Amino acid sequence: MIPEFVFDVTPALPEIILAGAGLVLLVLGAMREEDGLKTVTPLAVVALLVAALLALTLDRQPQTGFFGHFVFDSFAGFLKVIMLAGAAGSLLVATSYMREERVERFEYAVLLVFASLGMCMMVSANSLIALYMALELHSLPLYVMAAFHRDNLRSTEAGLKYFVLGALASGMLLYGCSLVYGFTGTVSFEGIAAAFHGTDGAVGSLPVGAVTGLVFVIAGLAFKLAAVPFHMWTPDVYEGSPTPVATFFAAAPKVAAVGLFVRVLMQPFGEWVDAWQQVVILIAVASMLLGAFAAIGQTNIKRLMAYSGIGHVGYALVGLSAGTEKGAYGVLIYMAIYLVMTLGTFSCILFMRRQGRYVEEIADLAGLGRRQPLLAAAFGVLMFSLAGIPPLAGFFGKLYVFLAAVDAGLTWLAVIGVLTSVVGAFYYLRVVKVIYFDEPAEAFDGGADPGVAGVAAVTTIMNLLFVVVPGPLLAAAATAAAALMR
Amino acid sequence: MSDWPLLSLVTFLPLVGAAFIFFIRGDEEVVARNSRSVALWTALVTFVLSLLVWANFDPAQGGFQLVEKAPWLEGLGVSYHMGIDGISLWFVLLSTLLTVVIIVGSWHSVTTSVKEFMIAFLIMDTLMVGVFSALDVVLFYLFFEGILIPMYLIIGIWGGPRRIYASFKFFLYTLLGSVLFLVAIIVMYREAGTTEIPALMAHNFPPDLQLWLWLAFFASFAVKVPMWPFHTWLPDAHVEAPTAGSVLLAGVLLKLGGYGFLRFSLPMLPDASAYFAPMVFALSAVAIVYTSLVALMQSDMKKLIAYSSVAHMGIVTIGCFTPNAMGIQGSIIQMLSHGIVSSALFMVVGVIYDRIHSREIDRYGGLAERMPVYAFTFMLFMFASVGVPGTSGFVGEVLVIVGVFQVNSWVAFFAATGLILGAGYMLWLYRRVVFGALTKESLRSIKDMRTNELLAFAPLVILAIWMGVYPSFFLDPMAASVNELLAGMAAKTGGTQVALW
Repeated sequence: MIPEFVFDVTPALPEIILAGAGLVLLVLGAMREEDGLKTVTPLAVVALLVAALLALTLDRQPQTGFFGHFVFDSFAGFLKVIMLAGAAGSLLVATSYMREERVERFEYAVLLVFASLGMCMMVSANSLIALYMALELHSLPLYVMAAFHRDNLRSTEAGLKYFVLGALASGMLLYGCSLVYGFTGTVSFEGIAAAFHGTDGAVGSLPVGAVTGLVFVIAGLAFKLAAVPFHMWTPDVYEGSPTPVATFFAAAPKVAAVGLFVRVLMQPFGEWVDAWQQVVILIAVASMLLGAFAAIGQTNIKRLMAYSGIGHVGYALVGLSAGTEKGAYGVLIYMAIYLVMTLGTFSCILFMRRQGRYVEEIADLAGLGRRQPLLAAAFGVLMFSLAGIPPLAGFFGKLYVFLAAVDAGLTWLAVIGVLTSVVGAFYYLRVVKVIYFDEPAEAFDGGADPGVAGVAAVTTIMNLLFVVVPGPLLAAAATAAAALMR
Repeated sequence: MSDWPLLSLVTFLPLVGAAFIFFIRGDEEVVARNSRSVALWTALVTFVLSLLVWANFDPAQGGFQLVEKAPWLEGLGVSYHMGIDGISLWFVLLSTLLTVVIIVGSWHSVTTSVKEFMIAFLIMDTLMVGVFSALDVVLFYLFFEGILIPMYLIIGIWGGPRRIYASFKFFLYTLLGSVLFLVAIIVMYREAGTTEIPALMAHNFPPDLQLWLWLAFFASFAVKVPMWPFHTWLPDAHVEAPTAGSVLLAGVLLKLGGYGFLRFSLPMLPDASAYFAPMVFALSAVAIVYTSLVALMQSDMKKLIAYSSVAHMGIVTIGCFTPNAMGIQGSIIQMLSHGIVSSALFMVVGVIYDRIHSREIDRYGGLAERMPVYAFTFMLFMFASVGVPGTSGFVGEVLVIVGVFQVNSWVAFFAATGLILGAGYMLWLYRRVVFGALTKESLRSIKDMRTNELLAFAPLVILAIWMGVYPSFFLDPMAASVNELLAGMAAKTGGTQVALW
């Protein structure tokens, strides 16, 4: 007879691997202080990939553990695989930068592993407590990573800014959670979903207190998503942090936050789409508009990518606004493609190096098409993909979220979406223009790091070839979305 | 042979050639030479394969032929679905032929980034054939929008002094129209549950919805055609684009608008097409008269031909919305003829631009003295553009005007006015450039056309005359498809569409 408190931990194996790996790497790094990052990074990448592989192969039947606080289903599995792969990719591109900027410390890899652990727990959270703990576990390493270049004024500023605003957002989230708990009397997602139902099973309306709580939760999570109006930190943090850190920020954590957002709205509050739909639509429209217009004036490519990321979250939320399984399906496809595009673009940015110094102005790319045609082609493909021009992958992300919106009767939202994407196309085109049409500037340093080159090549090819083999991603996203609607 | 996926071969062979060129390495001279040869051979084989498509095509059938289907976006039921009918067949042939022509034509004139140039045009070839053979709306949209990427780069990299402005305007203007088309596709999918073009053609959309869908389609196609007042991107794009880019723009890309009307607006939304036909007629009539007058006043040759394109495409849009076989066949022939003639006219300008590096009409005069062969070629295409009997331009214009005369004599009147004005600006252009005394010092040493230029013009000369002398050769294979289109529309609107118009 197994005692009740002993339960199967298999669903949490990826997390357990990551936690163990993080601790071991911490000790290992401390012991080999001199070449710490060089030793720890490959091991951390392996740990992330092993965890991703486990998430890929684990049984996808919804299983809960840890007294219902943790759930593993296809939805969590899908997100874990793409997030961990993205995290591994952003760790791979980091080493050469860290070496050249003289911030080669092993803690970077360890922090990234712990942040990834937090992300995995976020998408598996099944209660408000688990949600908050996972979010904090994921955020704290990020604050440190933003300030990783500790002798650099802008990096420390980025870290501090991120921390202060992040703490504020956590406060709002916690306040929202407590309100929801107060009105439902439970923290578990199933419990919240079952609350306010009549004895005959009919869905009751959500009391105004619980709605207030929900709005606070949305606000707290929107900060993590970098969605308007909680986006202010993003450009400064992206610009100030070391580029590999911005790479990581823009890719995996955003996917995790979107995943958590989708789960919270679709599972515990899935019956009350009316209560949150307007808020999500508002956030989506504002993000799309701001992402499209504010990026036009940018001259720094990292700031440009920050605004582009804000816009992309807006498009993903268009899918969520539908409040349907199709919508969740669209969001998952969008975020997977977004992750690949962003990772690729940032690894191309890491090529921008002159006389051993990294440069980040768009003007530095001038005439790249004639100097380094391969890098220029990769940049071009990624820019057109980000702009959502077919036949590149970015188009399909947009297609699926707009399909969901139209299907839910939100045709006007799709119209706003496509119109802002035309505005957005302008600034992506401007980057292509600088690369191909302008007179060549001084060449970038040759001899790129194999990690950076590899990630750039793989992501570019994925963007190009998605049109030929869309099947695997579409099928995986479909099962994941279906699991969400249990 | 017939069980081969011929259409896919024609579509994707140029892409293989482009990939091949991509991997050519070596010093600049060698790369340029090899890129040219690979591109030429790829384009030639593609053209021959497209002739095989024609050989396997049965002109007696009205429906889609050489159909290929494979699963693609499975969750949606969107498939890789290709096929052609009597309408699209000609556009496929036009695309593959023009690709060969421009590669031959720019053999010597393009000297910078030859490798990238050839890759861009081979990719264009794939996208153009694909867009005309796609039988799934999503697939169509993929090719339709994808064309923007290489064209943007072609204008921006190899274009004239204001190329950046022109390339942005071209891209954003056409993208703005296209995205509304995308929303319309999604709404149609929601309504009909399919994205297959044949199924959508058979579906009856509610009349109210048709109006919205039609306007969204119109936003996209009217910009592509381009119809007045959405034509302003065209003169900029044409003037700044390199000769080869102008040829494809005028020869194929403008036809996408007309093709879109015939493939989507008419069969899928017949009620809305009838409802909006007067608007199209009015806009087209304005386009014909207004842009012909504007063309008269141009001092830049490419701009003049660009404006004449807008006028000629006005005849096409009138024909498209004329509810009889004559009008529709006329508009198709007019599109083909324009594809050949205006492409040739842009090449005519390109020939002297390569020598003198100016497009100003005032810089020329008396070229007939030094360039007799050139003068003859120019004259031929000038006549074809004016619509002199015996040339391709005549057939399309007459069919459209006679067709529309049965519906509305005023529209026919304005269309005919355009012909007179067209004769005015073309003859005047010819007189100023070719006739007169050769007084300009810079023209004294000008050389007549090279072999590669002659070779590039040869097929266009043959076609322009062939189409003018024996139009049935081109009209007969499309008759079945056009009749089926009209019958389908009549069945949907309950045979009342003539009365509605």
